[in-house]
Amino acid sequence: MPHDHHDHLSPSGHPYRPDDDQPLSYWQTLEIAVRELLVEKGITTPADIAVQIDAMDARNPAMGAKVVARYWTDADFAAALIEDAARATREMGFDIGPLKLIALPNTATLHNIVVCTLCSCYPRNLLGLPPDWYKSRAYRSRTVREPRKVLAEFGVTLPDNTEVRVHDSTADMRYIVIPNRPGGTDGWDAAALADLVTRDSMIGTGLPRTP
Amino acid sequence: MQRVKVRADMPPGHVRTPAYLRGKIGVTERLLGPFPNPEDLAYGHVGQSLILHRVRFSMAELWGDAAEAPEDTLEAEIYAHWLEPVDAP
Repeated sequence: MPHDHHDHLSPSGHPYRPDDDQPLSYWQTLEIAVRELLVEKGITTPADIAVQIDAMDARNPAMGAKVVARYWTDADFAAALIEDAARATREMGFDIGPLKLIALPNTATLHNIVVCTLCSCYPRNLLGLPPDWYKSRAYRSRTVREPRKVLAEFGVTLPDNTEVRVHDSTADMRYIVIPNRPGGTDGWDAAALADLVTRDSMIGTGLPRTP
Repeated sequence: MQRVKVRADMPPGHVRTPAYLRGKIGVTERLLGPFPNPEDLAYGHVGQSLILHRVRFSMAELWGDAAEAPEDTLEAEIYAHWLEPVDAP
């Protein structure tokens, strides 16, 4: 069996992804059948489906970053976000559909991290599609059992006196972590602050950038 | 906060209470809903309207001596029909 690396690595040094030449799975076949029936019966159209896919692809972590930055700079908004995060986010002008959202503010002694052990629940209508690792069995199983070890692998090491609180997104609610505002940002406006807010800091696996 | 115990049952089918929480005791952090029971909806039935509890557990309660940091906490959404009241200690 030759192990000539030219067979396995692209010119940029990455392994080639195997071609997906498998037959359709049961569920892929079912999805196509249901979609075609819905189109055939005039309930939806391929154009409507494309619009929905585009709308979902247009959602991204920058929307959540604006919510976090406003939380840091607008006390009334911060209170409204804690009271009902979905309503406050809608009132900012974001089209989040039926999303039910809870905001989880970190404090000097509390660090929140979000996982969905049952599947991959994620606030897609605000943050867009989840990262691949969020859906992995390793992240889902380990985060509830050894969150500090998982956080350390993401480069986040917390003091022992900081409580880690894991949120298992098991049912109808979705979660956004509100990270602590980085030091050295006094007087910054919300737009500048939003640039410091990373996707991972809103999942709880990261911290915001520092100036 | 109200102390509650997650039922220790292991029923077949679509269940929305993670196995690692069954039989564990926590406190209800807040009440949400009512929402239709997803365990009914999964089978095309009308969902029974249920209150959803956000229950907070200590890592010590969930993992015992194997807990990474016993004072750390975990919160999950548990539907009312999965919870039993716990008498005050």
